[in-house]
Amino acid sequence: MADFPLRLEPRAEPSRLMSYLSPLIAVVLTLVAGLLIFSALGKDPVQGFRLFFINPVRNLYGVSELLLKAAPLMLCAVGLAIGFRANVWNIGAEGQFILGAIGASGVALYFKGSGGPLLLPAMLCAGALAGAAWAAIPALLKTRFNANEILVSLMLVYVAQLYVSWLVFGPWRDPMGFGFPQTEMFGRDALLPNILTGTRLNAGIFIALGALVAGYLFMQHSHTGFKMRVAGEAAGAARYAGYSASRMIWIGLLCGGAAAGVAGMTEVAGPMGQLTDKVSLGYGFAAIIVAFVGRLNPIGIALASLLMALLFLGGEQVQQHMNLPSSISMVFQGMLLFFLLGADVFINYRLRFGRATR
Amino acid sequence: MTTRTTMPAAGVHDGWRLELKGIGKVYPGVVANDGVDLRVRAGEIHAVLGENGAGKSTLMKIIYGVTRPSTGRMLWEGEEVAIENPAQARALGIGMVFQHFSLFETLTVVENVALAMPDQPDLGALARRIEEVSARYGLPVSPRRHVHALSVGERQRVEIIRCLLQAPKLLIMDEPTSVLTPKAVRKLFETLRQLSAEGCSILYISHKLDEIAELCHTATVLRGGKVTGHCVPSDETAASMARLMIGKDLPHCAHGQPRAAGEVRLRLAGLSHASADPFGTDLKDLHLDVHAGEIVGIAGVSGNGQQELLLAISGEEAITEKHPVQICGVEAGRMSAARRRRLGMTFVPEDRLGRGAVPSLSLADNAILTAARTRALVRHGFVDFGRARRFAANCIEQFSVKCNGPDAAAKSLSGGNLQKFIMGREIMQQPRLLVCAQPTWGVDVGAAAFIRQALIDLRERGCAILIISEELDELFEVSDRIAVIAKGRLSPACPVAQTSVEQIGIWMSGLWPDPESGSIAGAEAVHG
Repeated sequence: MADFPLRLEPRAEPSRLMSYLSPLIAVVLTLVAGLLIFSALGKDPVQGFRLFFINPVRNLYGVSELLLKAAPLMLCAVGLAIGFRANVWNIGAEGQFILGAIGASGVALYFKGSGGPLLLPAMLCAGALAGAAWAAIPALLKTRFNANEILVSLMLVYVAQLYVSWLVFGPWRDPMGFGFPQTEMFGRDALLPNILTGTRLNAGIFIALGALVAGYLFMQHSHTGFKMRVAGEAAGAARYAGYSASRMIWIGLLCGGAAAGVAGMTEVAGPMGQLTDKVSLGYGFAAIIVAFVGRLNPIGIALASLLMALLFLGGEQVQQHMNLPSSISMVFQGMLLFFLLGADVFINYRLRFGRATR
Repeated sequence: MTTRTTMPAAGVHDGWRLELKGIGKVYPGVVANDGVDLRVRAGEIHAVLGENGAGKSTLMKIIYGVTRPSTGRMLWEGEEVAIENPAQARALGIGMVFQHFSLFETLTVVENVALAMPDQPDLGALARRIEEVSARYGLPVSPRRHVHALSVGERQRVEIIRCLLQAPKLLIMDEPTSVLTPKAVRKLFETLRQLSAEGCSILYISHKLDEIAELCHTATVLRGGKVTGHCVPSDETAASMARLMIGKDLPHCAHGQPRAAGEVRLRLAGLSHASADPFGTDLKDLHLDVHAGEIVGIAGVSGNGQQELLLAISGEEAITEKHPVQICGVEAGRMSAARRRRLGMTFVPEDRLGRGAVPSLSLADNAILTAARTRALVRHGFVDFGRARRFAANCIEQFSVKCNGPDAAAKSLSGGNLQKFIMGREIMQQPRLLVCAQPTWGVDVGAAAFIRQALIDLRERGCAILIISEELDELFEVSDRIAVIAKGRLSPACPVAQTSVEQIGIWMSGLWPDPESGSIAGAEAVHG
């Protein structure tokens, strides 16, 4: 057997400090790699860095845009974290986000002109219910037939995308919209109130912060949150304690689905003001990275979603000013997750040089 | 990086096969070994004796290269060595048989042995070598059988043969008899004596003082990571060795007087259940009553249905009918583990880490696992972490659990101390019925006596207790009645005064008188 001269050796005691530092290390490595990429593309790396990370937040409007982008990420990520802690792998927040947007839009369009103050709460509930219902499909298939929730939830994303396309190209298309795939604009009472004049920032950020607080209380202090942590850490102990495994799966998926659905609602009732086939910009997938960079912890998720929002905005900036393709922000997202997972390996393992002796 | 430093010994090679000088090992918060000296001659059977957490396992791991010492020197046949990993230890001639076997169930004996070989051997030739070794040392095992079909004793033989094929000069045995019937223990001792006569040194880790007195030439006693004495076991009494080991006289259990049977708290009424494990044992028509104020013991060699029985009683694996498991008068066969607890049952499983406790969580969090309702650790759906900490601290104090307090992670405790914590957590909930698997498994004598006393005290308070254990002595010490499980069938429960270790030993091979016909019931049991 030929031995590779490098090998990973398990550490006796994984460092607790490093588990909190590794997201920061991943951020730094992403920056360094980003600078190298800019250089390799023949662009000035310093200008690229400024455009990517400084320009988007150089004024109040920029900060408000950052918060506007971060809010749906927070919502999706905190919902996902609840499931991830119990080893329930919901990869389909993107689809649940779209269903939430559809549910909220349905209510907004149905009650257009006859809404009133109860319309927004109704849209919120409809969004949450629609997202949860979409997530209930993998939960049902997992608990009844042991179908893999990763695959089912992921595949339902594509179904959701086709479904929203069908709606906005078909029955819900705005007859006055010159054939664009979009619904008519919502009424005033179906839009989240603006909280900062001169910007697009709306009350959705409060919903997101509320979800973070609720998520924190649920995960760190509730008995159910405790049970889910046990189920994720040691399935045998959860069985011994009498915690129902299928209940954990249902709660994990329904929380993730409802939170993503609410995020979808804040998007159509916020900056969009209507439903289009481009309703989600990948928030549901990005939220998976946010959840892990944030260590499945609501405070970490708050910080990580700001970072991820910055990557979205920075990507737009370099796209406009440096003629780089739009996929540049996906590259940064990918690098961030890659470096995080890489750094995490070294929490549990150390790298050894030299051949293993036999 | 150097993998091995070899230099000429300072003195003359004076016949010691292994010498440890001042070995120390410090883990964060714990000194596991502190200046340990130990010397073993060629052909010597040397006992390493100590309470749980005394540092025996750490010391063996250092010798076998699993962990590295913080301080001290190790000399192998007079030459200083630094053993970095088990492969290097094996190359030197050190073999180890672990308490938990590392065999693949779906592979044959010869395939399992081949996996541990440095290069790929010819399976036919290897099978012949296995047969040779097994014939020579009286370790009957057929190389082509699948491991799942082997009894625990046979699996241990495979592990020993695997070591012997490397022609070891030093064999480390970690608590080897804990899984064997009395008869299988005799056979193991014969093999070990033969190895010793051929010049192989043996390090024998155990807490069973009578076995050490019978088998071992010399002994090193550890307490709190330090050597507290060297002795010749045949010159000592069990009591004097226990004193070296725990630093005081061995506590004795005061058994209460037998008393009139109370109400039935646990009834098995024809429990039959197919095992979920393809290599498990199916339960066949089990009947048993456990009354308030009595301890009923179930003896048997492991792998005869104990796990399946425990899962069926605890509710971790619900059965299809309600009536075969009755807890405190309620037919509970289809209830979850949590609902059965609500009827007043608590339960100590045989696996501590990962089942009885979540390894990464603190002891306070682990208290919530089963005591959430009985000790009101949850209010309005929210965990009261303060109360949980106080309950855990209380449990740590009352059951003298050695740890860094209620915030210590469960995995940071030694096996025996975690067992004390779990026992304490279940007993302090004032159960009406306690079901307990291997209450003192791997626990040192001092802690074992303490746990047995706690069980007897609980019985005095009117609790019904069912103990499933592989240690016959323990069952005879605490039980009022004893039954035997063999091949998934349960013998009638017999009052302790009317039976003997010998009789139960025979029953353990599956032969007990049928109460109805008076004939001997058939089924040949899995025996070691």
